[in-house]
Amino acid sequence: MLYRENGQFKTSYAADQQIFPIFQERWAMALLLLVAFVVLPLVGSEYWFRAILIPFLILSLAALGLNILVGYCGQISLGTGAFMAVGAYAAYNFMVRIDGMPLIVAMLLGGLSATVIGVLFGIPSLRIKGLYLAVATLAAQFFTDWAFLRIGWFTNNSSSGSVSMARLDVFGLPIESPVTKYLFVLTVVCVFALMAKNLVRSAVGRQWMAIRDMDVAAAVIGIRPMYAKLSAFAVSSFIVGVAGVLWAFIHLGAWEPAAFSIDRSFQLLFMVIIGGLGSISGAFLGAAFIVLLPLALDQVPHLLGIPLSTATITHLVHMIFGALIVFFLIVEPHGLAKLWSVGKQKLRLWPFPH
Amino acid sequence: MGFFLETLFGGLMAGMLYSLIALGFVLIYKASGVFNFAQGAMVLFAALAMSRFAEWIPQWLGFESLLLANLLAFIAAMALMVVLAWAIERLCLSKLVNQEGITLLMATLGIAYFLDGFGQTLFGSDIYNINVGMPKDPAFILEGMFEGGVMISKEDLVAAVIAALLVVVLALFFQKTKTGRALRAVADDHQAAQSIGIPLNKIWVIVWSVAGFAALVAGIIWGSKLGVQFTLSLVALKALPVVILGGLTSVPGAIIGGLIIGVGEKLSEIYIGPMLGGGIEIWFAYVLALGFLLVRPQGLFGEKIIDRV
Repeated sequence: MLYRENGQFKTSYAADQQIFPIFQERWAMALLLLVAFVVLPLVGSEYWFRAILIPFLILSLAALGLNILVGYCGQISLGTGAFMAVGAYAAYNFMVRIDGMPLIVAMLLGGLSATVIGVLFGIPSLRIKGLYLAVATLAAQFFTDWAFLRIGWFTNNSSSGSVSMARLDVFGLPIESPVTKYLFVLTVVCVFALMAKNLVRSAVGRQWMAIRDMDVAAAVIGIRPMYAKLSAFAVSSFIVGVAGVLWAFIHLGAWEPAAFSIDRSFQLLFMVIIGGLGSISGAFLGAAFIVLLPLALDQVPHLLGIPLSTATITHLVHMIFGALIVFFLIVEPHGLAKLWSVGKQKLRLWPFPH
Repeated sequence: MGFFLETLFGGLMAGMLYSLIALGFVLIYKASGVFNFAQGAMVLFAALAMSRFAEWIPQWLGFESLLLANLLAFIAAMALMVVLAWAIERLCLSKLVNQEGITLLMATLGIAYFLDGFGQTLFGSDIYNINVGMPKDPAFILEGMFEGGVMISKEDLVAAVIAALLVVVLALFFQKTKTGRALRAVADDHQAAQSIGIPLNKIWVIVWSVAGFAALVAGIIWGSKLGVQFTLSLVALKALPVVILGGLTSVPGAIIGGLIIGVGEKLSEIYIGPMLGGGIEIWFAYVLALGFLLVRPQGLFGEKIIDRV
């Protein structure tokens, strides 16, 4: 009743190509953006921004990048943390070594550096597939972990690779309070999400999906596997690299290589799988799930008044987290995005399902 | 030269232990096509169970003998691994039949998280030790040939012998017993095996139990060497390049791959490491596997990957 597309005719090509073809969806999106840009900064507390919203947005961006590679092009990567680290440390070097480097330029250059490394480690994907590739990308992960720890030049010779970034500003506006940080991150994420959405609807995106569905058939109909796979690696690691810059500069402020360890890579892969492979909204849903779940689980014993030591709580959270992942995979292997679209389908017929 | 040999032996011993973990991967991959990321967590879980049971059982039953305690703990830990294998099959794998490889991979990652939390909740999260009476003192060999001889840790030697024995036992089990033959049939072709009456579910429980057994042995050896602690589950990640190098479907490949990685790691750390700033042990295995994949994607002994359209 509320969500119906009857009577919404498309009379032009432009109308046919809209991202949100149904008018209810356009309104819902506009409302969501209004809440995110206006309402939340007015009502949100500092804890909300610091602990929930900023990490959620940045990890969504990283998951979005990973989803392009895994979900759209079908190349499994366990080296996402590495590409985030490359972005972060490259941007750091640009900021430190070049006077008056603007933040946004440094961020994009960080993304470009991650692209170079991503394409380099993507080259094996031309020869190997599937789980073998996952192990190849692990090489990227451990190599960068080591490089940023041991090679002093990357970290300006600081001990144990820990560096910090203070006094950020964009066009003269300082980014210091949680609200400005949040708004900056939100803007970047929105721009990249729009870009990614349009990219996967374009010719390149369709090439990626063809490669994912069956690479031999795709090659037969004239898609160059090398170009398609490497472009997926490039775009994906660019976005992941930018997310790395944001994570390091905005969220952490001071960081060391351990911030981008293998755990981060697994966490992002979880987000993509749980959110839904091959879906832009899936990256956001998955990130929300993975960021919020441990926070929520942490609170439960406090609320129930059960006295448990912090170590026990950590272990219990691990257990529940693992069990939930298995549960989700069994119930809905296509992720939260699929559940969402099933719900929409139901809503379309409501209240008169046939 | 003596130093080189010492490093070489050290690498071989470390490699043997990687092989033990890699063996668990290969067994499960062969029989069910699941890339089991939880192998490391299983090693940690088994080692925790072993060390804690060895401590608890004498207290419960009131005796002092170390040998008996270890024996009973081993049996109890093994029983626990079988129960675990059954639970994994029943609650998780049987519900995910016919899903894509990546879904199964994620499921084993979920199992790994669960086991890490479960093991440490059940058995505690301090550093424990396993005392199965391994000799701790070093031995010297080839004293006639080099000055001072070549130092070898007896513990490593015992561990290597145990690992070799395990491989022989597994090979016999796979080649000579009826269950072993059924396992190989399932590995070759699920559907064909099912059509001649081999129960897949039972086979999976067996295979996960055997992998649990391999994990237990690996856990005991690693645990008595380094202490039972959380890092044990990270060592298992090293088994990935090993299986890639040796070939995902080959048991001998897991052994040879482990030895190559172990030796390569130690030698490169000593001879190439100083040039690059040290600590290259953490990535050497992966980069070696990566380089190898480019030349020979199926690994040393793996079956050739053929794409059929």
